[in-house]
Amino acid sequence: MTIFLYILFGFLSGILGGMGMGGGTLLIPLLTIFLGLEQKLCQGINLITFLVMALVSLCIHLKNGYIETRGIFYIIFLGVIFSIGGALIAGYLPSKILRMCFGAFLCILAIIEFIKVFKK
Amino acid sequence: MTKKYKHNNAQKLKFSSNNTHKLSLKEKIWLILSGSVIGILNGFFGGGGGMVCVPILEKVLKLPNKHAHATAIAVIFPLSFISAIIYVFNGYVKTFPLLIVGIGVILGGTLGSFCLKWFPPKAIRIIFAVIMLAGGVRLIL
Repeated sequence: MTIFLYILFGFLSGILGGMGMGGGTLLIPLLTIFLGLEQKLCQGINLITFLVMALVSLCIHLKNGYIETRGIFYIIFLGVIFSIGGALIAGYLPSKILRMCFGAFLCILAIIEFIKVFKK
Repeated sequence: MTKKYKHNNAQKLKFSSNNTHKLSLKEKIWLILSGSVIGILNGFFGGGGGMVCVPILEKVLKLPNKHAHATAIAVIFPLSFISAIIYVFNGYVKTFPLLIVGIGVILGGTLGSFCLKWFPPKAIRIIFAVIMLAGGVRLIL
């Protein structure tokens, strides 16, 4: 039964992730709240599963002509360096605090999404 | 009004490389700054950087909705790759849940990628936002 839930949660968040709608923002809370996994473990799992999924998904998006490479280098080059910093800080913090921060982050994202949907 | 027309028009272009808008210095600085923020968030939270990236791509690079979503995956990929290495080194990965969740994510991701053509209607996005809000509150408490 638990195995089924793991696959189901992965599947649901994969659908969103493939559309670039934030697979991790769904997968991480599902795993921590319903399956009781540690916050940091979920984050690690999300990163790695995302990488494999992104390979498939990028191929499909490239084929459909949805990928725009112009200008994204500017976002990536400092982003890569800062993502090292972010991951190191996360390593130092206890999972409990990280979990609360993640909760706040989710709330902010949800509010932004609400604003975006109702603006159009 | 003209802005809206431009947006719709751009969405019709299959290959957005036709989009030849030149980046100004201000836009480049915006991209670099937001890239740093996205990097910190994505490394710290092990995800969610894409959600922050999409509005930046739409606003600064003027990408149409679907293109912004697909391109966000390309932007997040190198960032996640580096963070993932650190998470693995710190030992925050276990093989058992990783493999099973991975099967689901890859299957779902493939389906989701094909579904981007029919970008999710408002109702689904609102439901997702409500779930995120509920999850967020639950995690804080």
